[in-house]
Amino acid sequence: MGAEENRYAFNSNTFDMDGVEIPFKDGQTIMDAALAAGIYIPHLCHHPGLTPHGSCKLCMVDIGNKCMSSCTTPAVAGQQVSNNTPVLNEARKTITQLLFIEGNHLCPSCEKTGNCTLQAMAYFLGMLDGHFPQFFQRREVDASHLTVMLDRDRCILCELCVRASREVDGKNVFAIAGRGVTAHLVVNSPSGKLADSDLETSDMAAHICPVGAILIKEHGYEIPIGRRTFDLHQVGEIGLEKVIQAKARHTNE
Amino acid sequence: MSKLRIATTSLAGCFGCHMSFLDMDERLVEFLEHVEFDRSPLNDIKNCGPCDIGLVEGGLCNGDNVHVLREFRANCRVLIAVGACAINGGVPAMRNHFDLSACLEESYLNGIGVENPQIPYDAELPLLLDKVHPIHEVVRVDYYLPGCPPSPEEFMSVLGDLLEGREPVLPKKLLHYD
Ligand code: SF4
Ligand code: SF4
Ligand code: FES
Repeated sequence: MGAEENRYAFNSNTFDMDGVEIPFKDGQTIMDAALAAGIYIPHLCHHPGLTPHGSCKLCMVDIGNKCMSSCTTPAVAGQQVSNNTPVLNEARKTITQLLFIEGNHLCPSCEKTGNCTLQAMAYFLGMLDGHFPQFFQRREVDASHLTVMLDRDRCILCELCVRASREVDGKNVFAIAGRGVTAHLVVNSPSGKLADSDLETSDMAAHICPVGAILIKEHGYEIPIGRRTFDLHQVGEIGLEKVIQAKARHTNE
Repeated sequence: MSKLRIATTSLAGCFGCHMSFLDMDERLVEFLEHVEFDRSPLNDIKNCGPCDIGLVEGGLCNGDNVHVLREFRANCRVLIAVGACAINGGVPAMRNHFDLSACLEESYLNGIGVENPQIPYDAELPLLLDKVHPIHEVVRVDYYLPGCPPSPEEFMSVLGDLLEGREPVLPKKLLHYD
């Protein structure tokens, strides 16, 4: 037995990703183990601490020539995983393009621009255009709530707000309804309007949206260009969630 | 070395991409030693002739836009979609949320301060398209220069690559959509 194999014999709870040995705890996903080891796997719908969702597919990695979502796949000792490869990053770019053309992502007029994780992902992957024909969908804007508004045109159905509301806020404000391309975010209130829900700006759900779909009213364009999250950071930095969440909260909400 | 010929146009654009191009400032002087302009809003040439590079700002909002875009595609070796509008329709594509007739009625019949309300119909006027479209939905596009507008550095980077006969590669640090 060579030294190479020996290593696994001594420490069985590691897997190999792009040639780096990554330790994991039993039951941990590839995503969580990689993040804990300080290695970035592109992701949009994953958020540490929330139940994995597996909808964005940005986090797919190659495991023995099989493409798997690393946010939902448990790590297995000795696994060979590829993550940062040109082929995977090209596929991730295509997925990002699909997210852009499926909604109305007119960044020049979006309040989230510069602070948007989807946009930062597109920069990270070098996306120049949407490539596919635009859907130009029309989805309902809900501006009924006093302090929070919902622009469904930009929603990427990541369910972060759904999960944050259920799992952290202990409410159940959001859900996804509809099928296929008509799937959309709904509000669980009798009228279906945000105003009639118990959403508050102190909720995690009000701030977790990675795009400009859930916005806090009367707080537009407050951060100067050059100081926005992704003017200062790139999406691949580990532990950026804290920075993003801190920035999303306004002093006088 | 013979100069590269560049044509530029603004379709459903705001001329902001042209202004950003001019924001190359004094670097334009050196640039002009290597290029000459074919049809462009910056000169008086009425039709696009054979060119090396065509820069198109703006999406497609009317019949004339489509006509001009086809002329550019037929004549330009490398066609570049410049700015958010040419790439995905941009902010003008927000009108795609509404029926064209509703837009026209709001502007020319029911809008505040409208006098002598009537929707313009002279044959001289190009008809509006039902929806605003990105230019790649009508012609093949060779390269995209994102931004609303792209920075002068982006123009320099991409045109610099083309001047030196390289495939353009926009450095990621210059990439922005806003
Ligand atoms: S949500 Fe993000 S990607 Fe979409 S328009 Fe806003 S800034 Fe652009
Ligand atoms: S509103 Fe935002 S957080 Fe909620 S599903 Fe849509 S994109 Fe995700
Ligand atoms: S992060 Fe894994 S599918 Fe979205």
